[in-house]
This record gives sequence, C-alpha cells and structure tokens, in this order.
Amino acid sequence: MFAFIIRRITQAIFVMLVISVIGFAIKQSVGDPVREITGISVSVAERDALRDKLGLNDPFPVQWFRFVKGALHGDLGNSFKYKRPAVQVILSKAPATLELVLTTSILVVLLSIPIGIYAAIHSKSWWARLAMGGSIIGVSIPVFLTAILLIYVFAVWLQWLPSFGRGELVEIFPGWKSGFFTWSGLAHLFLPTISLTSIMLPLFIRLIRAEMTETLQTEYVKYARARGLKENRILYVHAFKNTLLPVITVGGVQLGTLIAFTILTETVFQWGGMGSMFIKAVEDADTSLMVAYLVFVGLIFVVVNTVVDVIYGYVNPMIRTGGGK
Amino acid sequence: MQKQEPLLSVRELSVAFKMRDCVLTAVDGVSFDLDRSQRLGLVGESGAGKSVTGFAIINLVSRPGYISGGQVFFEGRDLATFSEEEMRNIRGNRISMIFQDPMMTLNPVLTIGQQMIETLKAHRHISKHEAEKLALSKLQKVAIPSPEKRLTQYPHEFSGGMRQRIVIAIALLTSPSLIIADEPTTALDVTIQADIMELLLKLCEEEEMALLLITHDLAVVSQVAERIAVMYAGRIAELGSTEAIVNTPQHPYTQGLLKALPQKVERRKRLNQIPGNMPSLQERPPGCAFYDRCELRGEICHREIPRLEEKNGGLVACHMVKDAAGKEEK
Repeated sequence: MFAFIIRRITQAIFVMLVISVIGFAIKQSVGDPVREITGISVSVAERDALRDKLGLNDPFPVQWFRFVKGALHGDLGNSFKYKRPAVQVILSKAPATLELVLTTSILVVLLSIPIGIYAAIHSKSWWARLAMGGSIIGVSIPVFLTAILLIYVFAVWLQWLPSFGRGELVEIFPGWKSGFFTWSGLAHLFLPTISLTSIMLPLFIRLIRAEMTETLQTEYVKYARARGLKENRILYVHAFKNTLLPVITVGGVQLGTLIAFTILTETVFQWGGMGSMFIKAVEDADTSLMVAYLVFVGLIFVVVNTVVDVIYGYVNPMIRTGGGK
Repeated sequence: MQKQEPLLSVRELSVAFKMRDCVLTAVDGVSFDLDRSQRLGLVGESGAGKSVTGFAIINLVSRPGYISGGQVFFEGRDLATFSEEEMRNIRGNRISMIFQDPMMTLNPVLTIGQQMIETLKAHRHISKHEAEKLALSKLQKVAIPSPEKRLTQYPHEFSGGMRQRIVIAIALLTSPSLIIADEPTTALDVTIQADIMELLLKLCEEEEMALLLITHDLAVVSQVAERIAVMYAGRIAELGSTEAIVNTPQHPYTQGLLKALPQKVERRKRLNQIPGNMPSLQERPPGCAFYDRCELRGEICHREIPRLEEKNGGLVACHMVKDAAGKEEK
C-alpha cells in the first residue's frame, strides 16, 4: 500500500509539472506584462530595460524554471490589478468557493446514494421513475438557467431567500471568512448550493443506479442469495461496495468539474469566490492571476484525485497488489 | 425419521419465463426424488432446463422466470409454504449451492474469511472467533494449504481450482443435508476437474450429504452419481440407476448421447451425433420434444407428450419403448 501511495504521488507531481508548463505557456501568449505595467507613455528603450530586468528576454525553459522555483515557494507572480501576490488574492477568495463546493458535495453524496440505490432496487416503482425523469431534466437545464429560475422564484417572487452575496461572515481563523456560522450566511448559501447541486446530483443518481443495477445481476450477488444471506447485507455490503468503485473514480473527476462549474454559479449569485475572480481576471487581462488560478485549481484537482485513488485502493483489493499489472 | 421418506422430492415442477408477449416454459413437470446421502446426476444439454431446475428448488429463479407449477418437498415439508425468511434459512444452511464459475461467484471486494463468516452468521448465533475456527477446519477439509493466511486474502489471489475448493468449503460450513452443484467443474482446467469432482464425492460420503449434480458431462456424472436423470427440452426423458443408464439406456435420446461419447467409437471414424438440435423454448412441438430427431418415432409421438413411466426397472418417457414385463403401452 505504501509503494502504491508513493507511485500515485510521483504521478501527481508529474501532472502538476505539465499543468505548470501549459499555464505558463498561456501566460506567454496571452499578453505582454510590460505593457500592462508601464502603459503607453514609456520609451522602447526603457521597456526593453524593464523586460531585461524582469527576465522576460530569457529563453522559455529558463523562465519556466524560474516560475516553477517561485511556485514551489508559494509565489505564482503578482496580480497586475490587485497589486498583490496572486496567491494571496486566490487564498482570500478560496474559502467562498470551497464552502460552496463542500456543501454541494455533501448534499450530492447524501441524496444520490439513497436515491440511486432505491431506483436500482425498485426500478419499476413510480418514485424511481420520477427520480429518473427528474434527473434527465436536471442534467438538461444549464446551471445558470437553474440559478436564474431559483432567484426568480425564491428571491424575487416568494422573497424567502437572498439572491446575491455571502451574507454575514465570521472569521474562523486568519484569512478564512466562513458563512457557516450565521443564519444570514447559511441563507445566502442556500440558492447557490441548490443550483450547483442540480447539475451534479442527477449525474450521480444515474451513475449509482446503473452500477447498482448491474452489480445486482452478477453471479456473486446470486451466490450471496444462495448462501441465504440477509437481504440488507446483500444490498449494502455485497452489491453496494462493488457499486462504489466506479462511483469513487467518477466522483474524483467530478469534484474538479464542480470547482470549474462554480464559475457560472458564482457569477450569477455574485459569490465572491475564485470563480468570479477568474472571470474578472479574464476581463482585465490579468494574466498572472489567470495562470495562478489555473495552477491552483490544477493543484486541487490533482490532490483530490490522488486522494481518491488512494481511497480506491483501500476499497478495491485488486489495485493494492497489482504492481506490474 | 418415520418411514424412509426422501430428503428432496420434486413433484411436477414447472418453471416459466414471462416475456413481453408470451410465456415460455423452461421446465415442464419435472419430478424426481433424492434420498439422504444419495447422489443424483441431472444431465442434459444447454437449455434443457437443468440449471433452472436446480435454482427452482431453492426458489431462486432469476426474473423474469418464476415457478409456474408443482411442488418441492424438502425433509417432508412443502417449500412453497415457507415464508421468505424461512426459505432464506434453508438456503446456504440446509441446502448449499455450488455455482459453475468460481471466478464469478466469490465477491471480489470481500476476503475469503469475511465471506465464510457471514455465511455462518446468517444462519446461527456464533461468535466471530468460533466462526473463524469452523471456517479454518473446513478449508483444511478441502485441502487449502495454510488456511490461516488464506482467510485474510481476496478471491483474486486464488486460482480457479482453489476458488472452487473455497466455494465447496463454504458449502460445507453449515453441514447441509443437500448440496446442489451446478456444473461445478465446467469452468475449470481438465486436469483440475477430476480433483474437484473427487473431492466433492469424498466429502459427500464423509459428511453424509446428498448431492444433486447438474452437468452436461455424462462421463463425470457416471463416476459420481448413483442415479441419473436425463433431461431434454425441459422434461425428464429417462431416470434410472447410473448403471442402467450407461449400460442399457432405453430412451432414444439417452442412447444417442452414449453413442456420441468418444471412447465408444473406433479410431479415425467420425463421432456419432444426434442429427438436428434441441427445439428452442419457442418451438416446442405438441408431442414428444425429441420427435424431429428420433429414429424410432411413431405416429403417436407427434400427437401426445410421453409420460415418465416405469419400464424395465427404470423410468422412461417414450411411447416407443416396450416394457418387457408385458405391459403394453396404450
């Protein structure tokens, strides 16, 4: 198991290096930082001097190496707009996004597992059909439309819930302002969470139902019945444990997608997180911040997937021993 | 025990599959008895209904199949009167099953130990420690080396033959009075087949278990079973002692099967085969299902389904077989 974890971490580091190359290449081609810094009233000679000073005339690999070296020390360059290190800007926005993703993930896990299992076991029942039909509608409606509909119904029409911002926040430790601890914060969290859930939940309900249905038809489930095991054990140990394997894999990838989906949701709800920050950075051509965002999100993605792979190894015994296979 | 009543008595058992626009009968009025510690072989080609019969006995026919008629008496009690919970307590406890493909029957994400212990715990109040001890002794019985270590391993760490030994050990756990083995050696290497069969036979004798051996392999069944039932197209064509079936088969289908065995044919001659195929579920004829392939067929065979009747000491379902005792068929 230890060797397996080491192997996974080595792969993760390699992936991060690739992400940094791509991110850095984008920075090179999207805009000229010198023009962003100096404006137009500076002579060409001065610009060249500045370019030299910033090391922008060095060959690409040298610049990239410097970038990676900086990144290892937590320095992803400075945001032109905020005049602060990009990492600081991102870290100040990250809690908002992570709280949104966390509540959504919890909601998706809590709802998709029981609904998916129910739909697999009672595939002919009306509730199951309702869940399946509803999930098709859920995946089909784009998240920004769901968000706008929710705002219209709950904020404008019924006036039950706030439509934008994060509400009252509490600083739980330095740099992390949380909306979890006030009624206002939780109320503000409600609609963004629901709209983000609406896109993820149907996917997982369908995935779990499909995997569970397939598992229930396997020989080992039939054998478990022939051994006279109790139905609950057959469903929740024999069938569900095998259902989990593909769900965990997809779950890891989808968690990354979820962070990406927040861009839309955050924009609609003016949620002060990384997603809306990224959109602003694109509008302002703040290339350093964009690259920093890409590397940061890439890092989250890689860390999450590495953790998922390790969990997968614990659930699936065949992964653990298979070194050469 | 009053009056030697059979351990298992299957009476006119029928299993049907409900399809979208019709109902197909896979097993059609099958009857046989199996005494305690006796071994019965159920032989037939693919689709003859032998596996379905096996599953129907423990009421585990997969949907859309269902038992459409007949009764199964186990230890004198009609299993149809059992509640689902009582039935669960029969499965894997009084009647154990061995499946065809050991690569598919064990759950890949649970250790051998977990799967053995859960089987025991499903049927009796037993501590984990006790269950483990019993599991170890059964693994030893099926000749698994270093069983303590093996208990903590997962199915993929075993070969096919080893897995089938484990499945047999699981079957033994609860000391059942009947084992239903559905093609237990078909998925294994030929060299291992004989070992597994020998082991199964030895254990059945030692533990005084009855065995219902479902197979398409006449050679295998004739070594193990004391009686053989030959199934064809969902019905029993012939039932008798192994000796009678192998040496003096009465039903033309059984005769054809035996003629098709390789060792009975001279070298360099093509193997004998029965012309044609078994009729599929959709195209069962109104009379004898073997009619189209039969050499002895007469006019009555086309009209009337032959009943399984006692003739010359065995049970045969054929209009054309005469009883030597002089009792003419109608």
